[in-house]
Amino acid sequence: MKLSHSLVLTLPLVSGWAMAADLSVKFDLPQLNVAEYHKPYVAIWLERADQSVAANLAVLYDLKKDAAGDKWVKDLRTWWRKAGRDAKFPLDGVSGATRPAGSQTMKFDGAKHGLDKLPAGDYKLVVEASREAGGRELVKVPFTWTGKGKVAANAAGKEELGAVALELQ
Amino acid sequence: MHNRILKGALLGLALAGMSMSAQAHRGWLLPSTAMVEAKEPWVTLDGAISEGLFEFHHVPLRLDNLTITGPDGVTTKAEGAVLGKFRSTIDIRLPKDGTYRLAIVSNNVMGSYKLGGEVKRFRGVEGTPGAQVPAGATDVTTSTTHTRLETFVSANDMNDTALKPSGVGLEMVPVTNPSDLRAGEPITFRFQLDGKPLPNFPFSMVPSAVKYRGTLGELRFTTDAKGEVKFTVPEANMYWLSAKFPLETQKGPPAPGAKRYSYTATLDVLPQ
Repeated sequence: MKLSHSLVLTLPLVSGWAMAADLSVKFDLPQLNVAEYHKPYVAIWLERADQSVAANLAVLYDLKKDAAGDKWVKDLRTWWRKAGRDAKFPLDGVSGATRPAGSQTMKFDGAKHGLDKLPAGDYKLVVEASREAGGRELVKVPFTWTGKGKVAANAAGKEELGAVALELQ
Repeated sequence: MHNRILKGALLGLALAGMSMSAQAHRGWLLPSTAMVEAKEPWVTLDGAISEGLFEFHHVPLRLDNLTITGPDGVTTKAEGAVLGKFRSTIDIRLPKDGTYRLAIVSNNVMGSYKLGGEVKRFRGVEGTPGAQVPAGATDVTTSTTHTRLETFVSANDMNDTALKPSGVGLEMVPVTNPSDLRAGEPITFRFQLDGKPLPNFPFSMVPSAVKYRGTLGELRFTTDAKGEVKFTVPEANMYWLSAKFPLETQKGPPAPGAKRYSYTATLDVLPQ
């Protein structure tokens, strides 16, 4: 499998891998009643039980103003520390445009994002939203991947993120 | 097109110390306290322009036009401000007991004109070279934002002489003394525009420490039909109050001749 972005997926060579696992993530960007609203920067990744990054899924930012990812992307402080600081922008298949307030759905092809080789175990889907002149919030959705079948899980944020739901199969 | 954008960017950088960009940068004052109880009361004040509230990471706020209104109602110009890389700082002696108002009031002009076939944009504080339109310019459009940026401090005692509004621009009139704000206790303020009460007028209060809390925690309140509001904030913290008029400011250059108003204040809300 070709790793098209600079973040290397350290998948150990174990025998219990799954068939092509496609991931669907639905997240809510609340309509906020604030003095100044800018569309949030969002990072979505998968972390292992030890909090290391299993897969980089999406980073949504202002592709025009921040092409090199060196201005405001680092306001996604958690993602920046775990993966962004060492990454080369734009991340192939990961970088994307910001989304407006409302319910957003993103689908991640199993093969493209290395999910088809995801070893069985406990994971968390992490969604981080950071808004200019606003706040920053992380939502973690824990789930267990047995290697096959379908998994659905959800969690919710309080302010910058609403409900976050995932479906993996 | 590129020339204009480049010139705009350079102009923006040059004026960073005087005015704020239309983006999320905002200027603010940060006092060491809102109440000093001492034989020789002093307060120290920081001023900065930043993205993150009360964070020093961008440029200083110039305190050249900082005025001090004392408990006797007399207004003087603040002297002795030090301009640093990320903030300005000034130590202020409070010779009389009572409440002081520390404020920067300015008119920021922005607009465009045509000169020599080229469209040029400008931005600056009214009365300074940056805000002037050269002779021979045509198609001049300007808009002005009247800005009041302030905070309050009391020495040993509180009174309301310095709290009386000027009657010019967008103003918050504290009915509850700003040196007496407590979390969970009702706070009464009034808002007015050029001396007239503003009914159903919304404003925001953002507590400090956004960096550590993560979420903004912005509180939004609205005045009643008389332009007065009574509210409480649940958490003790330093707060940044912001209000603007008119409420909807469209993105991009404003309509020619349009007047905008901005009011911001730093308020210290202590625990009960």
